[in-house]
Amino acid sequence: MKPLLLSHFTATSCIGRGLEQTLDALRHNRSGLAPCTFETVDLATWVGEVAGVDEVCIPPHLADYDCRNNRLAQLAFTQDNFAAAVQAAAAKYGLQRIGVFIGTSTSGILETELAYRRRDPVSGALPDDFRYATQHNTFSVADFTRHYFGLTGPAVAVSSACSSSAKVFSSARRMMAAGLIDAAVVGGVDSLCLTTLYGFNSLGLTAAQACRPYDAARDGISIGEAGAFALLERAPAQLPDDAVLLLGVGESSDAYHMSSPHPEGLGARMAMQAALGAAGLTPGDIDYINLHGTATPSNDAAEGKAVAALFGATTPCSSTKGATGHTLGAAGAVEAVICALTLQHGLLPAGLNTRQLDPALTLDYLLANRTQAVSHVMSNSFGFGGTNCSLIFGRAH
Amino acid sequence: MNTITLTAYIDGIGLLGPGLTGWPDSRPILAGQQAYQNQTTVLPSPALLPAAERRRSGAIVKLTLATGLEAVTAANLDPTTLPCVYTASGGDGQNCHEICETLASDDRHISPTRFHNSVHNAAAGYWSIATGAMTPISVLCAYDASFGAGLLEAMTQVVVDNVPVLLIASDTTYPEPLHHARPIPDNFGIALVLSPRQSAGSLASINISLTGDAADTLDDAALEQLRRGIPAARSLPLLQALAQERNGRIVLDYFEHLRIAVAITPC
Repeated sequence: MKPLLLSHFTATSCIGRGLEQTLDALRHNRSGLAPCTFETVDLATWVGEVAGVDEVCIPPHLADYDCRNNRLAQLAFTQDNFAAAVQAAAAKYGLQRIGVFIGTSTSGILETELAYRRRDPVSGALPDDFRYATQHNTFSVADFTRHYFGLTGPAVAVSSACSSSAKVFSSARRMMAAGLIDAAVVGGVDSLCLTTLYGFNSLGLTAAQACRPYDAARDGISIGEAGAFALLERAPAQLPDDAVLLLGVGESSDAYHMSSPHPEGLGARMAMQAALGAAGLTPGDIDYINLHGTATPSNDAAEGKAVAALFGATTPCSSTKGATGHTLGAAGAVEAVICALTLQHGLLPAGLNTRQLDPALTLDYLLANRTQAVSHVMSNSFGFGGTNCSLIFGRAH
Repeated sequence: MNTITLTAYIDGIGLLGPGLTGWPDSRPILAGQQAYQNQTTVLPSPALLPAAERRRSGAIVKLTLATGLEAVTAANLDPTTLPCVYTASGGDGQNCHEICETLASDDRHISPTRFHNSVHNAAAGYWSIATGAMTPISVLCAYDASFGAGLLEAMTQVVVDNVPVLLIASDTTYPEPLHHARPIPDNFGIALVLSPRQSAGSLASINISLTGDAADTLDDAALEQLRRGIPAARSLPLLQALAQERNGRIVLDYFEHLRIAVAITPC
């Protein structure tokens, strides 16, 4: 594929608002996970809650879109002058020539969960202030983003569970290559809600402490929330050395089970292989892999086997979910931004909370930060329904 | 307005909606040779799924598997070879209602099956499990513009990746109280196999582009009601032109001020 430029990017998660705080947290191995005090949740689990989301003010003309998920989206895309970059791109290309591709798994479902507590005792009706289209619907966050920037081109929410905001890069890449658009706002936003907290708990997949990816005693995920965005443009001939490019995307389906990965990681391996093929690279060219690494026993085992089969045991890798938590539909975009920071700063971030690496998984899993020159990195995102996506990013020079 | 045109051949159609049971039976209705009668959509049991999954599969899974298989069979293709674009304006409405009801009750314990069926890509996941297809699936939602978004995504795959693609658009109903907020009247699904090359079985070629023109409406009042009421049924003007084997240009609904023009040439 033709490389695409990430001309601007930003991320907001429990480890920080924007790039500076995110990079600082990674440099100092700071996790944002804490025991869950979200809403009325009574589960013994840890979460990565973003501070200050409830204080965000949605512009009055977009009041119908007001919900926690869109507040988090706005908090995220107003960091690092990202909004100004989108406006500059709109002036350059035209409002209709910029696509919007946002990954989310639960969008604003929290509003519906809360509305169900306020049903009319006689009729069972939802309260009058409940707005399905602009709060609950999966498209809400993409539509909000589109309206916030006044964009009038193609827009879509990608919702393939935890691969959602990795796959946005693929959809945007094709639409740009087809010539329908000149640039794309891609990203992912997912916010804490009861469906995912009680849902993952029902599957026995939430850890009782901060999640420990690739640990021998790992016992599940810590759910996080985040918003992360990138502005994709065609790469010009001249670029600064530290410009970040999307070089490859690979996707596959497990065709195996709704909530368990293929035990040998076959689908994961196919996605990684396809990404390498699209980028024209070999496993030896990859300097760091940001693993999906959710810290469930089955995910890390399947992914670890797939990575070892393809890369051997010498490619440095880690999961940053010990810091951010598993931000579900936002994870692909958050970890794409972490990969961009890795490339620009030569910082390979350690996986946090992991004490005893799983001896069955023979990888160069980083338990401490490493600093070195980095040319190419891979990011993995896999999800329920057996959906897999791998991205490869590289420095311009 | 954008003048880029994307071209593909339609090699197979799957259709299931109120009074529209499969493409062969729906064709004379959409061609105007037979009267349309709005009857509740009949969803077949997904025979390809293992018994346990079959029992637990909701309307959106049944609809997706039925229309997808009809289109792939009509195109005489192996589903394991086809990347897929799955678009839906919502997930499994009944399942969503049950989860919200449980979470609002004193006992918030939701079942694991309910939870994994709550993801927007559940039906897409079941498609890959049922067919064994390990090909990528793009899983999309654009509220009322979901069919248009899926069509654009599928067309860019056909043109850019130069491969045949299966597009499936499925919408199902919500029970009350969500039905009041999102009054989708019945289940409706459409699937199209889109190919970059003409084959012996190609039905028509389509050239699509973005336009500011108004979306076409349907003369039959009941069909027009369907088109307006269900996002996947926004595809009906295209299906009608295909049924009539008509050479011409139609406009499909997408967003306000941005719609999709389709120039159709029967093969």
